[in-house]
Amino acid sequence: MQADLLQAGLYALMLLALAVPLGWFMARVFTGEVRFLAPLEHVILGAAGDRREQGWKAYASSLLLFNAAGFSLLFGILLFQHRLPINPQGFDGLSWHLAINTAISFVTNTNWQSYGGETTLSHFSQMAGLTTQNFLSAASGMAVAVAVARGFAARQAKHLGNFWTDMTRATLYILLPGAITLAILFLALGMPQTLFASVDVTTLEGGKQTLSLGPVASQIAIKQLGTNGGGFFNVNSAHPFENPTAITNFLSMLAILAIPAAFTFTYGRMVNDPRQGRALFVAMGLLLVAAFAAMYAAERFGNPLHAAYADPAAGNMEGKEVRFGLVNSVLWAVTTTAASNGSVNAMHDSLTPLGGLIAMLNIQLGEIVYGGVGVGLTGMLLFVIITVFLAGLMVGRTPEYLGKKIEAREVKLAALTLLVMPIGVLVFGALAIATGTAQSSVQDAGPHGLSELIYAYSSATGNNGSAFAGFTANTAFHNTMLGLAMLLGRFGYIIPILAIAGSLAAKTPAAATAGTFPTHGPVFVTLLILTILIVGALTFLPVLALGPIAEHVSVLFGRTF
Amino acid sequence: MSQLRAALVLSVLFTLLTGLAYPLAITGIGQVLLPHQANGSLVRRGEAVVGSALIGQNFALDRYFQGRPSATSAVDPADTTKAIDAPYNAANSTGSNLGPSSKVLAGAVEARAKALGEGPQPADLVTASASGLDPHLSPAGALAQVARVAKARGKPEAEIRALVERQVEGRDLGILGQPRVNVLALNLALDALAP
Repeated sequence: MQADLLQAGLYALMLLALAVPLGWFMARVFTGEVRFLAPLEHVILGAAGDRREQGWKAYASSLLLFNAAGFSLLFGILLFQHRLPINPQGFDGLSWHLAINTAISFVTNTNWQSYGGETTLSHFSQMAGLTTQNFLSAASGMAVAVAVARGFAARQAKHLGNFWTDMTRATLYILLPGAITLAILFLALGMPQTLFASVDVTTLEGGKQTLSLGPVASQIAIKQLGTNGGGFFNVNSAHPFENPTAITNFLSMLAILAIPAAFTFTYGRMVNDPRQGRALFVAMGLLLVAAFAAMYAAERFGNPLHAAYADPAAGNMEGKEVRFGLVNSVLWAVTTTAASNGSVNAMHDSLTPLGGLIAMLNIQLGEIVYGGVGVGLTGMLLFVIITVFLAGLMVGRTPEYLGKKIEAREVKLAALTLLVMPIGVLVFGALAIATGTAQSSVQDAGPHGLSELIYAYSSATGNNGSAFAGFTANTAFHNTMLGLAMLLGRFGYIIPILAIAGSLAAKTPAAATAGTFPTHGPVFVTLLILTILIVGALTFLPVLALGPIAEHVSVLFGRTF
Repeated sequence: MSQLRAALVLSVLFTLLTGLAYPLAITGIGQVLLPHQANGSLVRRGEAVVGSALIGQNFALDRYFQGRPSATSAVDPADTTKAIDAPYNAANSTGSNLGPSSKVLAGAVEARAKALGEGPQPADLVTASASGLDPHLSPAGALAQVARVAKARGKPEAEIRALVERQVEGRDLGILGQPRVNVLALNLALDALAP
């Protein structure tokens, strides 16, 4: 217990120590003060050719076009991988629906795995296809956050910046150096990096074992850093080649939250009020700690159904790896669902009912507890707008944020985004049940079957990518519907928040008066957390009651399915 | 129009930079500077490659320490539309993904525990790992097998127990992870001690 808490505490400290300077550095990158790669930047942006300042609509359409181009390229690579080089296993092209699902998945930074890495994808697809989008989807999300911060800070401005410049800087100065450093560390700690497909060995008992290999370290580094999460192998970061030791595990967890957490500080600097960034950091941090405590308790308590046969001292070890142990599996599960990373080092399907509930709820709250790179911050800012609106209603004043009046247009747009998760999860989930496609895909009977379905659609809409993997998602219906859910969950947030930023950019900030409600103090942080929890609970409590909560009660009464 | 051009040009340029140059450069660094790790941390006994230090392998005989239950499968050679159990198949990683209220899981945990003895057994010995390739056991999971291995090898239990204790690895950097035993390393040491 003590050793467990020591590891979790060390993680929190290291995350803070990393996020503060990184946030400062990122702010300098996006204001153009960091220039050590200026020649390369000039070549790339010169070739691109479009360097004009953009209003929110042009910024958003650039992002959409870029993601559409990325989708087409990736879709083509996956569909025709059998005609492309570096395919040592001789894999066939993917089915159209698996290719669409995977291409959407990587372009939207979801990285849902309907595919099984080592059994489906060629090395070329993994590198030129997936690794590229791991960078570019992350860079797109970061660009959005930067544009939004500029819009919030601006005074009577029409422009939010230039998408191509922001995206290129994010890749060149932040993602690429970070990924190279991390990949080399990962390599040294045991992750493979080769173009060979596999090696055959003869085991001590004389059996043959085929070890799947590939360019793992390079992909895993960016998969974590860009909150992507799509694994090289089927079991993702539970695979010993994808996460060989407790040290790679620790570095991976830091990489998952480093940029999202740093963005709160970047934001504070960019709006010229670091207190605003710190308040967001604290609100997110409190939610993270609460989620960790709840899941840790659930997993430590273990599964009462197994208590007569499995020594309860170790907690629930089904679907977990010995080298990580309980605490690192829980800490990972919390960080990966709080961020929109979605890589896993334990099988979430085998978490205890309440442990699984926390993972699901983290996603359903909209992945704003640090969240995905860039989009976690902007998702949180949508809640900030809702919160200042509610606070304004309580005292009967026009709500303000950063000195700017929050009016009907901004509140309507922010409220619109509150519908994204319920549509993607509840409406699409209900459709799957009504058409019978849910029932044929779930692995487990009883309430856990519903949990598997709800988790899948939460993960897709939240752009998370982790799964209750017993659920068979690789069917035409689910590949298509989950693909739509991913698109909805990505652009259903990005476009409204850019529109809000565009509208706020045009306003003139007023000086703070005695009547201004400060958005950096403990009262605001409390209100913000409560708003998030109330919205999430109102939306999802009914379905959680039918799934994980019903299962929890069943397990307590010794009922199996 | 200028946006479309930028989208296409940057998609191609970044595919070359991040999708090819970056992974190939890391591959080069790995193959030149860190070839052991880059090629799968293979373990040799004499000339023969007997496995990877990172990947568990299937041990079924009484004379070896056995790793954790594994849920991996393989294509049935008799009927390629079906899958058969193939523990520690390192070309197709998977966990059981069974939910906590699963009857199948409860039955499997019970059967594994009863095969080991009376009462609760070390949790890692009765539950399937996440990857199906877990190379480790908890120290308790290894010690619970000492009597069986000692009997099969005709050695005193104390000697085998001492061997296990020598093979226990502490937490990484003294803090991270948990104490564990690498099953392949333990069995190699066992073969060296008592062939």
